[in-house]
Amino acid sequence: MGDISLIHYLMVAAILFTFGAVGIFLNRKNVIIILMCIELMLLAVNINLAAFSSFHGHITGQIFAMFILTVAAAEAAIGLAILVVYFRNRGSIAVEDINMMKG
Amino acid sequence: MDLLNLQPAIAEIFLALASLGLVLLSAFIMPQEYASKLVRRLTIFSFLIAIFLIIYNGYKPAYAFNGQFFTSSFMVYMKVIILLGAIGILMMAKREFKQDQIDRPELPLLMLLSVLGMMLMVSANDIILLYMGLELQSLPLYVIAAIRRESLRSSEAGLKYFLLGALSSGLLLYGASLLYGFTGHTSYDGIKIALESNVSAGAVIGMVFLISGIAFKISAAPFHMWTPDVYEGSPTIVTAFFAVVPKLAAMTLFLRFTYGVLADASDSWQQIVMIIAVLSMLVGAGGAIMQTDIKRLMAYSSIAHMGYALVGIAAASDMGIGAVMLYMAIYVISSIGVFAIILSIKQEGRPLTRIEDLSGFSRSHPVYALAMMVLMFSMAGIPPMGGFFGKWYVFSAAVASGHVILAIIGVLASVIGAFYYIRIIKVMYVDEQVIEIDHNVPRSNMMIAFGSALIMAFFLFGLSILREQITAAIPFVVFVAG
Repeated sequence: MGDISLIHYLMVAAILFTFGAVGIFLNRKNVIIILMCIELMLLAVNINLAAFSSFHGHITGQIFAMFILTVAAAEAAIGLAILVVYFRNRGSIAVEDINMMKG
Repeated sequence: MDLLNLQPAIAEIFLALASLGLVLLSAFIMPQEYASKLVRRLTIFSFLIAIFLIIYNGYKPAYAFNGQFFTSSFMVYMKVIILLGAIGILMMAKREFKQDQIDRPELPLLMLLSVLGMMLMVSANDIILLYMGLELQSLPLYVIAAIRRESLRSSEAGLKYFLLGALSSGLLLYGASLLYGFTGHTSYDGIKIALESNVSAGAVIGMVFLISGIAFKISAAPFHMWTPDVYEGSPTIVTAFFAVVPKLAAMTLFLRFTYGVLADASDSWQQIVMIIAVLSMLVGAGGAIMQTDIKRLMAYSSIAHMGYALVGIAAASDMGIGAVMLYMAIYVISSIGVFAIILSIKQEGRPLTRIEDLSGFSRSHPVYALAMMVLMFSMAGIPPMGGFFGKWYVFSAAVASGHVILAIIGVLASVIGAFYYIRIIKVMYVDEQVIEIDHNVPRSNMMIAFGSALIMAFFLFGLSILREQITAAIPFVVFVAG
């Protein structure tokens, strides 16, 4: 077992990102889970950026990660607001029920 | 390079301040209908001031915000078209806001914020600013799609758009993080210089993710799933906004990335862009045939048009850039015209969106039917309408770069596409009238519809002037640091 190097961080991030992306498509139950998957993808990106930032020895990546955290919060807020509006109209947030228009 | 000079970004700064001012204004002015009217007018007014500021700044390449922000004649061209498109939509919005029960000051405000995001996205010279601009553009669009809170369709459109849009931002970000990691820079110039010496596998993977993320935003196949539903579910005025303005901004971003940042890795991205272009053309042409709803049809039509524009990008030559810029301008002008007519088709104030509802349109509204026919012929690419020249330039750029098969597929797809455009003309001119369509059409819709039809019909005369402008802009697209 060697030291933990850049490649390990990248692997973790890649696995998390894949979980997030696959989760969005496999999940058939609940829209909240999709929101969590999106969050997981963004966090995987943050791990990537932090790892690269320390690898290159400059701070740009960490600043980028801070921006992503902020925007992700705004995105989640808007997503939940739209979800609440949708629930009021439909009475359900099951993924199968989002089928008024086919596509 | 003066790092603290804010002059080049003056239009964006003005729009940001204007949006803050309008938020305050809409909170304090009480009858909501009055606030909505006022905010809509002031938004149009601030777009006009922004156009003035952009042109006043001139076409010279200039940096601002520590090199994060870059502007040149190419950006000026794109930003002015974006702002003009947004002004056109807002001018038609007056009656829609009332009849669709979306008469709230938020809507023009969100459009203003979204346009600000697009302008930042177009001018970004750093991945971080690109991401901020992209999100500032997307987040208001999610809300705009769901603006009719009591309608199930509208909220479903918003939800779908949000979920897939967030996924695409995730893809784009992952690509951006890899690109940053393998080149060590976030600025476009830095990435470009790093890629000149060495294109590593990690950078190529990052590039693929990034291109997929942008392809989502321009709704190119295979990332087009959200388009028909969002177009159908949103109120028509919002659909018109979606079809025109964000497409242009995202396509500009695509151009800047492929021709600017990734110019030295063109072997790697050319293949991907070609695949996306072919799929979009085929999906757009094939998917539209069976549609009965005109908004869904316009969605597939826009997918196909993005495919044609991408053919120009896939050509990877200076000729290709000029062709894409011309194509996008034609696309914007003819789409606004078509939507101006779609917005005029109402029965006692209720919007009609089925294609059959158009039957007998040529007898009840002969002049509008003529304008619609010109626009449909233009979109189908039949000479001498504008759309033909757009397609012709794009395909000849592809042939000049040796991608003959790509051009052949494009021509075949536009033959299939001509079927459904001509079907609309057939319904208008041949079928018996079934529904009485309202005769009171707002003057703004009339002006925009006839204006765009006239431009498309007499495109040949204006072409020489426009072509010189585009050729003049090309050298600035391929930008170099310093």
